[in-house]
Amino acid sequence: METYDLSQTHIITPPEEIALSTNQLQVYYGNSSHASMTDASLSFPRFQITALIGASGSGKSTYLRSLNRMNDRIARVQGEIIYRDTNINSPKVNVYEVRKHIGMVFQKPNPFAKSIAENITFALKAAGITNRQELKQRVESSLKEAALWDEVKDDLNKSALALSGGQQQRLCIARAIAMKPDILLLDEPASALDPISTTKLEVTLKELTKKYTIIIVTHNMQQASRISAYTAFFHLGHVIEYDQTEKIFQTPEIRATHDYVTGNFG
Amino acid sequence: MDEIQKKLTAPSKASREDVTGRIISYTCIAAIITLVISILYFITSRGIATFTTNHVNLWQFLSGKEWNPGSLNAKGQPQVGALPMIVTSFSVTILAALVATPFAIAVALFMTDIAPKSGAKFLQPVIELLVGIPSVVYGFIGLTVVVPFIRHLFGGTGSGILAGTIVLFVMVLPTITSLAVDALRAVPAYFRSASLALGATRFQTIYKVLLRAAMPRLLTAVIFGMARAFGEALAVQMVIGNAVLMPHNLVTPTSTLTSQLTTNIGNTIMGTLPNNALWSLALILLLMSLVFNLLIRYIGKRGEIKS
Amino acid sequence: MTPNQTDRIATQIINCLVLIVVLILFFLLGDIILSGFPHISWHFLTSPSSSFSAGGGIRDQLFNSLYLLVLTLIISFPLALGSAIYLSEYAGNNWRTGLIRTAIEVLSSLPSVVVGLFGYLLFVIEFHMGFSILSGAIALTFFNLPLLVRSIEGSLHAVPDSQREAGIALGLSNWRTIRGIILPAALPGILTGIILSAGRVFGEAAALIYTAGQSAPVLNYSNWNPTDSSSFLNPMRPAETLAVHIWKVNTEGVTPDAVSISAGASAVLIIVILIFNFGARAIGNHMFKKMTGGK
Repeated sequence: METYDLSQTHIITPPEEIALSTNQLQVYYGNSSHASMTDASLSFPRFQITALIGASGSGKSTYLRSLNRMNDRIARVQGEIIYRDTNINSPKVNVYEVRKHIGMVFQKPNPFAKSIAENITFALKAAGITNRQELKQRVESSLKEAALWDEVKDDLNKSALALSGGQQQRLCIARAIAMKPDILLLDEPASALDPISTTKLEVTLKELTKKYTIIIVTHNMQQASRISAYTAFFHLGHVIEYDQTEKIFQTPEIRATHDYVTGNFG
Repeated sequence: MDEIQKKLTAPSKASREDVTGRIISYTCIAAIITLVISILYFITSRGIATFTTNHVNLWQFLSGKEWNPGSLNAKGQPQVGALPMIVTSFSVTILAALVATPFAIAVALFMTDIAPKSGAKFLQPVIELLVGIPSVVYGFIGLTVVVPFIRHLFGGTGSGILAGTIVLFVMVLPTITSLAVDALRAVPAYFRSASLALGATRFQTIYKVLLRAAMPRLLTAVIFGMARAFGEALAVQMVIGNAVLMPHNLVTPTSTLTSQLTTNIGNTIMGTLPNNALWSLALILLLMSLVFNLLIRYIGKRGEIKS
Repeated sequence: MTPNQTDRIATQIINCLVLIVVLILFFLLGDIILSGFPHISWHFLTSPSSSFSAGGGIRDQLFNSLYLLVLTLIISFPLALGSAIYLSEYAGNNWRTGLIRTAIEVLSSLPSVVVGLFGYLLFVIEFHMGFSILSGAIALTFFNLPLLVRSIEGSLHAVPDSQREAGIALGLSNWRTIRGIILPAALPGILTGIILSAGRVFGEAAALIYTAGQSAPVLNYSNWNPTDSSSFLNPMRPAETLAVHIWKVNTEGVTPDAVSISAGASAVLIIVILIFNFGARAIGNHMFKKMTGGK
């Protein structure tokens, strides 16, 4: 693999309102003193899709999972994550509240072994919503937003595990947005899906930007260029370049980015 | 806006739930640990009373052949020689393991390599069934079938090491077999295919490759079986004869540590020497089970298949 | 001898050994069933035992076994569940966890007679609980705990990590995730483990002869007051179980029809354990199918 100068970077701050930003974020796994993610400072614009791209092991998933403190159990995360003028990467912060506002959808669809409706209502009930009418309404609206309603509206009491992979993933999105989060983190949500499901998912995501800020990790560059407004390129635990998606794919500043997006990488 | 910021830094229902969860599960595990420590402590403190309170010499206890804790011998010392029971316990354990191991490995090989489909399908439930039969039932069959049979062949009462061995053999067979099956299944398939591809016959493959690769785990399987045999009480007690005599052959009544314990602990008075001596037997059982445990760990650690 | 001949002979030897094992099993089952079945009758199951005359039944022993089993599970299941949750969800990968696991392994390797004697020493004598169902249930709990912990931990472990992440990512507490998502998903496995352990508990005798005792006072099945000494529900009364009964009539030798009683009781014991084993499998499969939507 060709060695690139990792200190050569080009990172912009989007002019729009910022929903979430990180300052010098570093991640160490286990007891390792080697940082899996080094000094990542990025700002994510509100109601836009931002894509994180890079080869496997570039740290993009590690970075994403740190944003709502999912790495707490397995890694040390240093630096600041600023959300609503609060550094949420502080031991004083209530992580459960953080995760209610910053939802997440994973690479492999992971619906609960419960019915479709219960998949959505379970966390709502835990959050204190007990009104049946309200629960019902949330199930319907979130499934509609995730473009799954028409397919499952008659089977709400069936096991979620009986759905297809693409449907399961959209259910996971519905489950996340039923919590009415601000920000949605998606970790390669289409990697386990077939092309048709992927297209459906992408259409859904574009719709969702009306109400949510979305940060998506993808290894599929066409996908990044199709749906995102901004793109960050990660390499070996460093953010190399962050700019408007068009810019990244057509006239990148850094050679590593250029090589990656043109396929001359590695 | 402000309200959300406040929520972000204040404890919530979820954080309280987590404290509850931790307290509950930590309490449960602490209870189990306390239990294990108190078992070790109580049995040990009772078991050493023979030596600390009654001043019996440890060596005499382990090597003496006369067991009659209620009375004194010619020199005025209590007769607490546990050797006959120790010898009998080890004899039945080792003999049962020796007989059971070839059968267990044969059945395991049959299930994994000779007839993996039909063999496993039929034998798996058979083995589970054998594991599930309670030890008193084994003892009862031993008493009504094995003992009369031995009596018929060799005369005497029919009870003794031979009867104990036969009963224990059937009892440890399923234990060793199911662990041996796991051991053989853990050998990667390419070990087999590589050997067969070199032109080795199935038996050569089994003998030179499979058994060797699985040897450490097969050994642990046998030790597990021995641990079960050594600690088994009622089934043995029913067929061994329960006479504390040094065993001179396989068909005269004798007594194991466990059978002596079950027969007599209720007939002695707490705190007296006859009672303390029995607790010392229990202590030997406890220590032996720790030894078996250590052996299994030691072999297990050394014998992981490297691939 | 050529390698091929050796191979044939070796295979024959293995087949022979397997055949012998199968014959032993058939003999065992045949013996239990053939000698036991004729003695099982309504009278046998519903009349009290008698020590010195023939024709006694096993009513009280059968009830004691079941009652003891229920009490044991009531005590041991919550403890085992909490410990298994600790081990699979909270325990770190460090020396402390290693020590805890070792302790549980030691407990599982102790001979049941030693566990029974500990129960005798601590509960029957020190705590003055006497020979009682409760002492017996506690002793059986000790004997049952390590197995139950291991099987529950295995079932929890088999639930993929992605389920935990899904719960946590929704802002649920770890505890809520465990209770509401992981436990239900692990339920088929946990139930199977409980029922299989129930089979073992049901047949255990060595841990009971000095804890639950060896006498079966005549029970009054219409007295529902658990504090009354003649009530069948009283947990402080001595209680000889079925397995202990088999042992006792055979070793004491005062019951004239000891052999036929034991044969009948053994058959009952085996049948109950078989029902447990098949039940465990059936329930596990059924629940698994129901949960995954029949896929």
